[in-house]
Amino acid sequence: MIEAQTAPLLEIRGLSKRFPIHSGLSRRVTGEVRAIDGIDLNITRGETLGLVGESGCGKSTTGRAILRAIEPSAGEILFHDRDGTVDVAKLGRTELKRIRRKMQMVFQDPYASLNPRMNVEEIIAEPLICLDHLTHKQRRDRVVELLELVGLNASYLLRYPHTFSGGQRQRIGIARALALEPDFVVCDEAVSALDVSVQAQVLNLLSDIQERLGTTYLFISHDLGVIEHQCDRVAVMYLGRIVEFAETEALLRTPKMPYVEALLSAVPEPDPHVRRERVAIRGEVADPANRPSGCPFHPRCPYAQEVCKSTVPPLRQVEGVTGPHLAACHFAEALSLRGVA
Amino acid sequence: MSVTAKPLPIGGGSVRGAPVESPLTLMWYKFRAHRLAVASIWVIAALYLTAIFANWIAPFDPESRTGLPFSPPSWPTVMVDGEFVWPPVAFGVSQQLDRKTFKRVYAIDTSKRYPVQLFIAGDRHSWFGLFPTDMHLFGVDKGGAFFLMGTDSLGRDVFSRMVYGSRISLSIGLVGVAISLVLGVILGGISGYFGGWVDLAVQRLIEIIQCFPSIPLWMALAAALPHDWTTIQVYFGITVILSLVGWTDLARVVRGRFLSLREEDFVMAARLAGASEARIIGKHLLPSFMSHIIASVTLSIPSMILAETALSFLGIGLTPPALSWGVLLQDAQNVNTLATAPWLLLPGALVIVTVLAFNFLGDGLRDAADPFSRESFK
Repeated sequence: MIEAQTAPLLEIRGLSKRFPIHSGLSRRVTGEVRAIDGIDLNITRGETLGLVGESGCGKSTTGRAILRAIEPSAGEILFHDRDGTVDVAKLGRTELKRIRRKMQMVFQDPYASLNPRMNVEEIIAEPLICLDHLTHKQRRDRVVELLELVGLNASYLLRYPHTFSGGQRQRIGIARALALEPDFVVCDEAVSALDVSVQAQVLNLLSDIQERLGTTYLFISHDLGVIEHQCDRVAVMYLGRIVEFAETEALLRTPKMPYVEALLSAVPEPDPHVRRERVAIRGEVADPANRPSGCPFHPRCPYAQEVCKSTVPPLRQVEGVTGPHLAACHFAEALSLRGVA
Repeated sequence: MSVTAKPLPIGGGSVRGAPVESPLTLMWYKFRAHRLAVASIWVIAALYLTAIFANWIAPFDPESRTGLPFSPPSWPTVMVDGEFVWPPVAFGVSQQLDRKTFKRVYAIDTSKRYPVQLFIAGDRHSWFGLFPTDMHLFGVDKGGAFFLMGTDSLGRDVFSRMVYGSRISLSIGLVGVAISLVLGVILGGISGYFGGWVDLAVQRLIEIIQCFPSIPLWMALAAALPHDWTTIQVYFGITVILSLVGWTDLARVVRGRFLSLREEDFVMAARLAGASEARIIGKHLLPSFMSHIIASVTLSIPSMILAETALSFLGIGLTPPALSWGVLLQDAQNVNTLATAPWLLLPGALVIVTVLAFNFLGDGLRDAADPFSRESFK
């Protein structure tokens, strides 16, 4: 693991989420989809950790499992706090409710994540009502304060979600997530539904809030541009596993895993005069219900060798690089892969 | 404030100070654009007011025999001998028996004129046992008579009987749907919210119930009602029978809404905000699908009314002296009667009007509740 400069806020050990596949009349379990397959991750206090991967690789499931929005099948989620350490994965109903104050989420879809029948005040006040004991007056003051924090006018208090644009709705979602000043916020594709200009505003808002409140983010995205702009460290997921984990700079410049190289080469180049060779990934993402033997990426990997078909490469420190850099590839040292300049 | 001209206030910080319209207000705007549904509200309101105040509105007691059997509909007129008269007048009638055909023939005697009067004394009646009086909304003095929808074989006024019959026919839909709603929301909610084997059991039960052909099932259940029951007991018995079959559709709707809403992001957000299950159901799920429920309830009232009519028509639902449109239609069962007194079919027309009105209203409500239809704003 990468040594954290300061104490980790979250330590995730062997987190898994399996969905059983039922078939037939008797609903017998005939297989399972391993959406997350044993993830280890340390999240440092105050950092923004990026989680990247293509659709269906399990990034959103990971974010939700950490918050217990869905129940993880196995693993530990150690949350280090001023009050001590708790394993979020094992909390009962009442303790979970207590920890909800400290962990929140910003959703991808600003349209689906706000109840259309509640006005802005009710939406933002929801965590305050459920988890805090405030008078009506205090609550309203707090909501106004939050609206101002996310750059919305206090006069919007009684308006309903349908009267707002996507960017404004996302700000409302952010205000709701921040209502209880959580230590940790999962931003699940928080800007991918927005226009590029609005994306920038929301990203700056998130950084701004981080500076002021010291919030830690798990930033889930498929957009490497956003990740580069926003994250201190990045973990790349493939088929439910982390395949590479490094500082953003190192990962983008010198990837050590062929899948990451292919991912990076797919980033569009804004300069039309720069010619780049794209590393096309052959084939489809493997079915998580029927994962390939050995390295999960080997059927699509241009560098695959015999060993890749039989042995699963562990996520390990790549030798000969400065700084921490983990990769799950047998040939992480041998290959010289292209990153983005 | 003109609604159609005003664009939907979506998006843009520029619309600061835009009206704070709740989703309910928006639904009302959409509903209002559905002309047929708005008209149906008035029709339905008129029908129910008639049912409530039946004893004042009906010019006769439903059981009083006028001595003029099979009299065709006769309406008061405002034109007498090419002259305009006000108030409208009814003429005296006399009956003769045609010696050749043995048909009753009614002759109008224009010399006897009875002006139609409002608030006139007639048969004694009371409002559900309260306020006994002999005052009727309209009618003519004793001696004259007009039958808006003719008379039946015993000389009873069909219009008055229809007005009284609407009490049972219209209320059975509401009471039946209320019982179905309770059953449907509870069972459908349990099924959708808990899922798993509970869901499986409830859904299979619904399928079994829906597999039965409904008319034979109703007949069997109605035949099982004790013969010595009073009219009121039979009424509730029939209502329960109808709703025992009718709840299944509602339960399906509720379950479907629960299943789809349970997965919505805003429900997950509420859960992450620490909301309890009760709060999620009460504050997030129920308000989100209440409008759909109201729409489907409105759409299922007519089927209840039709079912009662069908049962009573077949003689296994309510029986005389209870009065409902189905009971009235029993008189129109044979061809002979239909040939001589086709007006006995008029209760059927009223059933059609009622069912259509409820269907239009339900359609309007459903469209208004559907967040994806923006037709009315175009």
